[in-house]
Amino acid sequence: MATAAFELSDIRFRYRGGDFELRVPELRLEAGERVAVIGPSGAGKTTLLHLVAGIALPDRGKVTTAGTEITALGDAARRAFRARHVGLVFQEFELLEYLSVLDNILLPYRINPALRLDTPARARARALANGVGLGEKLGRPPARLSHGERQRAALCRALVTEPDLVLADEPTGNLDPDNKQRALDALFAYADRSGAALLTVTHDHDLLPHFQRVIDFKSFWSSGS
Amino acid sequence: MSGAAYLAWRYLLHHRIKTLILVLSIALIVFLPIGLRVLVRQSAAQLTARAEATPLVLGARGSALELVLASLYFDAEPPPSIAYAEATRVDESSLAEAIPLHLGFRTRDKPIVGTTLEYFELRGLHVAAGRMLAVLGECVVGARAAAELGVGPGDALVSSPETVFQLAGVYPLKMRVAGVLAPSHTPDDGAVFVDLKTAWIIAGLGHGHRDLADAKAQTDVAAREGGRITAKASVVEYNEITPENAASFHFHGEQAELPISAILARPRDAKARALLLGRYQAPDEPIQVLRPTAVMDELLETVVTVESYAVAAVGAVGVATLATAGLVFLLSIRLRRREIETLVKIGGSRASVATVLLSEVVGVTLLGIVLAGVLTLVTSRFGEAAIRRFLLS
Repeated sequence: MATAAFELSDIRFRYRGGDFELRVPELRLEAGERVAVIGPSGAGKTTLLHLVAGIALPDRGKVTTAGTEITALGDAARRAFRARHVGLVFQEFELLEYLSVLDNILLPYRINPALRLDTPARARARALANGVGLGEKLGRPPARLSHGERQRAALCRALVTEPDLVLADEPTGNLDPDNKQRALDALFAYADRSGAALLTVTHDHDLLPHFQRVIDFKSFWSSGS
Repeated sequence: MSGAAYLAWRYLLHHRIKTLILVLSIALIVFLPIGLRVLVRQSAAQLTARAEATPLVLGARGSALELVLASLYFDAEPPPSIAYAEATRVDESSLAEAIPLHLGFRTRDKPIVGTTLEYFELRGLHVAAGRMLAVLGECVVGARAAAELGVGPGDALVSSPETVFQLAGVYPLKMRVAGVLAPSHTPDDGAVFVDLKTAWIIAGLGHGHRDLADAKAQTDVAAREGGRITAKASVVEYNEITPENAASFHFHGEQAELPISAILARPRDAKARALLLGRYQAPDEPIQVLRPTAVMDELLETVVTVESYAVAAVGAVGVATLATAGLVFLLSIRLRRREIETLVKIGGSRASVATVLLSEVVGVTLLGIVLAGVLTLVTSRFGEAAIRRFLLS
C-alpha cells in the first residue's frame, strides 16, 4: 500500500468547554490526491485541517501525515514537521503588512529554525512569484496588492517549502472568478508538478468538479454528553 | 541577521512613528538623569575652577553669594560699594596684594570691569591683538565680547547710561579699544576691561571740561571768588578722553573715598591668608572677606540637592513612561493576535514568536540607549562650552 498523504483513525476532538465532539472513525488521503471538503459552517472542516496539520491535537485517535504519526510528536517536533511537510492557505490570506511580498513568501524560513533560508529557497520563492504573476511586485507591501494578488502571494508562501500536503481553507472564498481560477491553477499546477496531495475546504460547489473526491463533513460532528 | 531579529526590524521600520516615539521616550528617560549629572558635574567643575583661581574676595557685608558671583562672573547685581581705601588697607597690611574691581556699568550688554593691571596677571590674561591698557579712557575687550560686539583695536565702545529715564544721570563715555584679549574660556571673555580711574569717570566721579581759568571759557563761568571758580551748569563735559583733553580730567574728592565694588586679594602665603581672614571677623566690621571656594561649595551643595530631586522626579516620570511603553507593547500583542496565530500555524514555535516580539522590545530599548549615549556624548563634549556660554558668560 502506498504512503498516504494523511490518515486519521478513530479521532475524537472536542474544543475546551465545547458541547460537540468531532468524531472521525477513518479518513485517508492518498499522495497526489485532490480532495474537497464541504459542509455547513461549524461542521468542523477547519478543525479537520488543524488536526491534519498538527495545529490541534485530538483527544483520542491517531493522525499520520506524510508517513509520520504526528500525534506522537512533541510540540517542537510537530511544528518543525508542519513547517517542512505541510503548506497552509488561509481564506483571509494572513500576510504580514510590515513585510514585502518576497519576505511574506519566505516567512516560514524566518520563523522556523528547522528551515534553512538558503539560495535555492530564495530562488524557489522568486520562481513561484513569477509563476503567479507577482515577479514584478516582490518588493511591495501587501497593502499595495490587489485582493487576488494577495491570495497568490499567500499561495506562494504555502508552497515555497515544497510541502507534501497542501491544506487550503476556502482559498478562493474572497476572490472574483478570474482570481479564483488563477489561484486554483497555481494550486493544481504545484500539485501536478510535485505530486503533493491537496485538501481544500470550500463552500463553492462550482469548484467541486476540479477535485477527485469530495467529502461532505456534516456527518462528523456528534452531540456531546 | 536571524529570522526573528529580521522580522522585528521590519516591524519597527514599518511602524516608524510608533518606534520613534518609543525610542525617544526611552532615550529621554535614560539621558535626562545622566545628562543632568554630567551638566551639574561640568558646571561644578567650571564654577570651582574659577573660585579656586581666586584666593579671597573682600566686599561690603551682605550676601556672600552675590558678592562672589558679581566679583568672579560679573553676573549678579553689583554689591554695595566700599571705599577704595579698603584696597589700600589690604595692600598696606603686606598680607596680600589687593586688586580692586569696579562693577555695574555696561557697554551694550557686556559688563564693564574697572580694575588694575594686576587683575590680568592674576587671571593669566594676555592681549591677542593690540595692546594692554595704557592711558585713561581706553579699554581691552574679552575675546567673545569683541567678536559679539564686532570691535577690534582702534574701534570705540560707548558705555551705556545707568538708566534711560534719569535725565541727570551719567553721560556715556566713548572708550577706545586698545586691545582684544586671547580667549580664556572664562567669564573674562565676555567682559570689557577699563582702568579703575576710567570706571570712575564713567560713574561721573571724574570728568574733563574746558579749563575755566582760560579766558576763552568765560561763558562757562558762573562766579569767581579769589582762586575759586564756579562753573555754570551749561559747561560741556568731554565724553571722550583724547590726548588733547586728557589733562583736563580730574576727580573731585579724595581717591581713598572713591567707590569700588570688591577687592580680589592675593595673600602672600598661607599664614598671611589666615591673618587676613581673621582681621575681618569682628561683628562690627563693615567689610567681609570670603573664600570663593567655600561660597561656591555651598552653592553647589544646593545645586546637588536640587539635582537629586530632579533625578528623582525624572525617575518617577521614567517609571510611568516605561509602564506606558509596557502597556503599549501588551496592547500591540493583543492587536497582533491573528498575526501571532498565523506565525504559529505556518510552523513558528511559540519561542520563535516570543523571540520576534522580544527582539522588537530589545531593538527599541537598544536604539533608545544608543540615542541616550549619543546625547550624553554630545553633552559631555559640548556641555562645557554651553555652560561657559550661558552660565558663566
